[in-house]
Amino acid sequence: MSDFLFWGLKLALFLLAVAMFCAVARLLIGPTAQDRVMALDCLYINGMLMMLVLGIVYASNVYFEAAMLIALFGFVGSTVMAKFLLRGEVIE
Amino acid sequence: MSTALPLWAEVLTALFAVLGAAFAAIGSFGLVRLPTFFHRIHAPTLGATAGVWCITIATILYFSVQGHKLFLHATLITLFVALTAPITTIFLMRATLFRERQKGGDVPPAALSSESAPTDVGQPTGPRDR
Repeated sequence: MSDFLFWGLKLALFLLAVAMFCAVARLLIGPTAQDRVMALDCLYINGMLMMLVLGIVYASNVYFEAAMLIALFGFVGSTVMAKFLLRGEVIE
Repeated sequence: MSTALPLWAEVLTALFAVLGAAFAAIGSFGLVRLPTFFHRIHAPTLGATAGVWCITIATILYFSVQGHKLFLHATLITLFVALTAPITTIFLMRATLFRERQKGGDVPPAALSSESAPTDVGQPTGPRDR
């Protein structure tokens, strides 16, 4: 692994960490409930991207399954929370 | 620990990874900076589309060159995110419109032929408390 790829991946991980920090800030200060749900949605997408970049860093295929699971359960969680905000219950 | 790649593959991988991470960071920064919810809902979609696509291209490039065969598993994640992100956004948008109407906020009234028309409070009756 050359220096270029090494520092490029380090920079990408740093930018994704900044993105996750911004999402956590909105999650904490969000004035309404839907702001917090949206911040959580953004947070899981950033975490999934970080998993993909870590898969390149360690040259391992295992991170794909983790990223896929994060995408699946993140979607389910966000949709269920939005549905709860809309109707007051999840399964009617 | 990993085998050495040709230089063009490493440069392209690093470029696309940094580009995708920058898209995600810009989108998340907009989440903090924009003033109202209806502005903010637009910002993270940049990371969910352009960011995911760029990092997927970087992953496909790296593992295809490293393994000497086409590696397309990451496209599955991208297609899944491209399918599900609009669904979440539409649900959140409808929930927000519903809650703002309940509060009597400054949002457009519900359509007359809406399927949930009886439960929606279309016009605010009392004085607006905003």
